[in-house]
Parts: sequence; structure tokens; C-alpha cells
Amino acid sequence: MAKAKSSIKLRAKEKNGVTTVKALMSHPMETGQRKNKKTGENIPEHFIQEVVGEYNGKVVITTSWSGGVSKDPYLSFSFKGGANGEMVKVSWTDNKGGSDSNEVKIKGKK
Amino acid sequence: MIDVKRRVFLKGSAAAGAVVAAAGAGLIAPQAVLAEWNEAAFRSKTVADAIKAQTGTDATEESADIKIKAPEIAENGAVVPVSVSSSIAGVTAISILAASNPSPMVASFALGESTVADVSTRIKMGKTGDVIALVQAGDKVYTAKKEVKVTIGGCGG
Amino acid sequence: MKKTVVAIAILCVVGLSSTVVAKNAADTTPAQDIETYRSYFTKKFPGVPLQEFSNGVYAIDKVSRDSWEAIEEFPPYEPFIEEGEELWNTPFANGKGYADCFKDGPAQRKNYPHWDAKRKMVVTLPLAINECREANGEKPLKWKVGAIASLLAYMGYESRGQTTNVVIPEGDADALAAYNEGKSQYFSRRGQLNFACASCHMQSSGMHVRTDILSPGLGHTTGWPVYRSKWGNLGTLHRRFGGCNKQVRAKPFKAQSKEYRNLEYFLTHMSNGIEFNGPSARK
Repeated sequence: MAKAKSSIKLRAKEKNGVTTVKALMSHPMETGQRKNKKTGENIPEHFIQEVVGEYNGKVVITTSWSGGVSKDPYLSFSFKGGANGEMVKVSWTDNKGGSDSNEVKIKGKK
Repeated sequence: MIDVKRRVFLKGSAAAGAVVAAAGAGLIAPQAVLAEWNEAAFRSKTVADAIKAQTGTDATEESADIKIKAPEIAENGAVVPVSVSSSIAGVTAISILAASNPSPMVASFALGESTVADVSTRIKMGKTGDVIALVQAGDKVYTAKKEVKVTIGGCGG
Repeated sequence: MKKTVVAIAILCVVGLSSTVVAKNAADTTPAQDIETYRSYFTKKFPGVPLQEFSNGVYAIDKVSRDSWEAIEEFPPYEPFIEEGEELWNTPFANGKGYADCFKDGPAQRKNYPHWDAKRKMVVTLPLAINECREANGEKPLKWKVGAIASLLAYMGYESRGQTTNVVIPEGDADALAAYNEGKSQYFSRRGQLNFACASCHMQSSGMHVRTDILSPGLGHTTGWPVYRSKWGNLGTLHRRFGGCNKQVRAKPFKAQSKEYRNLEYFLTHMSNGIEFNGPSARK
């Protein structure tokens, strides 16, 4: 099918000196407690454990999650600073060693 | 507290790059990259154990300066939007717990110095219970809670 | 399970005997039907502006609306729009693409469903997509979920702001018959629970089935495709039709069957004047 694209959709907006970052990740977030309806066996846990948000190469947030975070998880955070055109990066790592990251330019006053 | 800050700092410096590169080269197992994931807190079966494992203390203080935004009634327990913000000075970490879940600790957020104490995510809730916010600032641990009703729906559930 | 039946049975005491719509589908004209249907809801939910009905239950329930608005901050259907755009732009094996079938671009919602006088049938957008594929030597897509839903999400997104305007061509007896079949389908009871579409979504709209508030039927067709949290993915209108029929314990018709296409024709006509706002998020 289509070319591989990031599992992270990302937006960053600066307003009054504060940048708000919103990220939506594609991930099953399996708790390990759900049963496969056909086999009756538990679906093994598979969830994002850590999400790191960086601004200009500096970490502003380190998020730890359990499988209790919803499927296709959402994260929003804000930090002071940030200007139009500067980069924000979000990356995740799951319990099976899978990972992905994406970057976006901050939208703000020019 | 110090732990949390150091975690943020290390991740932010060149160390993060080095660790990822090492993992890529097959030098260390990917699991090692996740060394900071607080296994004890996330595997705890009770709220008290989770708080202790997360903060190192069970001395918590209820605070009116923590705001939890969550629905009174969850439309769907699989997707409950939750926001936690606080006006307490010097917040270094925020955690979200769902008291009735088998493993109550759902998410924790270690904040950098410039990071605003205002985070949002969406969580799963198996049944009606409190959403508990845990805010760490200085050497204090503050809490607040809000009940969210989770019920089995008619056509939607 | 038992509880559901009891709860639903209570709802059902309000019969379909009310004179909302004439006993025989053919007794009123499509234009009269719109008038009756629309005013039924605007009277039942005073203060809800017409366009708001495109938001389903969130038009009438503040509590669930709050969660919904939080989810719409970054809606789960967004990645599907992007995927749909890629599919739209990926040429078929013969070098042609969807743009060769849909000459005026992806913003097609306003054109569907429509009556095809030559073929004497209702053509829906998913049907047109698969006919486009087959005309170009491609396999048709599955109707209810997957690539077709993504394509519809992209096309729906591009069509946002267009207004529903389903025409029942005057003087075309076959078109009117198809419309009336859809209308009968909507008002006919079926399944072990003996419910019509209208039982829940007209008479009982705004009431509870257990903890769920039943959404008003007006505007039901505008927001598709929908990402339902229950599904955990994006699905099509006919997938939902099937789900509703199953919930009243009736055997669902097949997606894109004549029955569901005619039902879509009738139901979309009822929402004439309301803007398309798909894709959207529902519980």
C-alpha cells in the first residue's frame, strides 16, 4: 500500500509565549488482559511505555504509560517558550522495543 | 523528586542519542532504553502501593490547586479524556491513576523546568471510580480526585 | 442481556401509532416528508439549531458532548484522512485514478446518494468508488471498513461545508418507488425486539437505552464515515445500519444491498439542508 508514514500525528502552536503540543499516536495499547475472541487466549501486552517530547533538542516532558492508556493514544503538553518555525519532536518506545518519532514546526507569530 | 529531574536532564542531553545509537547497533537490548519505566508503580494493584512506588512516600496532601478535567459519565470506558493541571509552583511530575482499574497507575509525566503543569491524555476505565491526580512539587506530593461513572451502554457499549 | 430487553421494551411502549408519518409510504410526498421529519425534531429539541443535528447525540446531550469535544481536539479519524488522500493519489495499474472517475475532484458528498435513471437504482458514494475501481480493472474494496472508509474520510473531509441535497426526480416513478421503499424500511418494525429505525431514533430519541441517550435521526447521514470508539476504527454508514439491525436482533441486510441503498436515499433526503461534516467521532 502507501509508503510508510509516521505513526505520530503532531501539532505545535505557540500563543502568548507558551507552546502547546498535541500528539496522536497509532498503537494498539494492549493491556494483556483482553482475550482473543477466537482462541480464548489473552492477547499479549503491547503498549507504549515512554513518550518523550523535545523542543530544540531539549527534553521538556518524559511520559510513562501503562496499557491503561487508550488505543491510538493522545498526549498534550505545553511549555514556556517556542517560536514560529522552531522544531518540536515527539518519540515513543513500546514494551516490545518498537519505536517511532516525528517532528513538527511550531506555528506561531512570525 | 531528584530522580525525576535527573531523568529529564539525562534524556535531554547527548545521552539520549547515545543510548538509541547503541540499541540500534545491537549493543544493548531495547529494554535497557526503558530502564526508567517505573515497573513497581505500574504493576501495583492498589492506589496506595502505586503512589508509594511512584513518589517514594505515602504522605500525600489533598490540594484544591489541582484541576482534573474528566467527564462525569464516561461515554465509553475505553476512551476517557482526562486533563490535569495545577497552579502549584515547581511541579516536577504529574501522575494519573484510575482507582478502580486492576492496575491503577495509568500515566506519569515528568516535567522539565519550562514545562507547564498541564497535561492531557485519554485513558481506559473498567468501571466507575475515582480518577486521581498526583502532583509532585518540591518534596511534597499533592492529590486530587474526581469520580467518573462508567456504565455499560445500550447501543454504544 | 435480559436487562437490555426490559429497558428497551419500556421504551417501546411508545408505539409507532403516532401520526408522524402516514401509514402508507406513498401517501405523502418527499417534500412533505422533509417538512414533517424536520419539524418533529426541531419541536422535540427546541433550541437546537438545525445544523447542530449533524452532531448526533452531542447536539442534545451536554455531558457526552464534553468528552466528544475533548476527543475532537485531536480526533482519531485524522490519520485516516491522510491515508485516504494517499489512496486517492495512487494510480491504478492502468495508470488512471479516482480523479478520472470523479472529474470534479474528491469533494463528492453533495452528489451522493443519487438516482441513476438509466440503471433505475440509487447510487451511493462507496458504490461509485468500487465501480470506478472495477471499470479500471481493480478489485473492489470491502464495503464496511478499511481502505474504502479511508477514501471516504478524505472525500468527506474535502466535502465539509457542502449541503445535503438529495433529489427525488419529479415524474420518475421508479425513483419515487425506491425512495418509498427506503421510507418503509425506516418505519417498519423488525427483529426479535420488533423495532423500526424510527422507534429509537424518532419516538425515543433523547431517551435512554440503559445509559445511552438515543440520537435524533435528523442529521444521521451527514457525519460519515465515523470513527466509533466501540469499533476502534473507521466504518461506513452501511456498517452502522447493519449494527443497528443486529441490535434489534434482526438479520441485517448486506452493505450496499438495494435495501440499504434505498434507506440511505430516504434518510439522506430527510437531512436536506444540513451540512456534511464527516468524518466524525462517535462513542
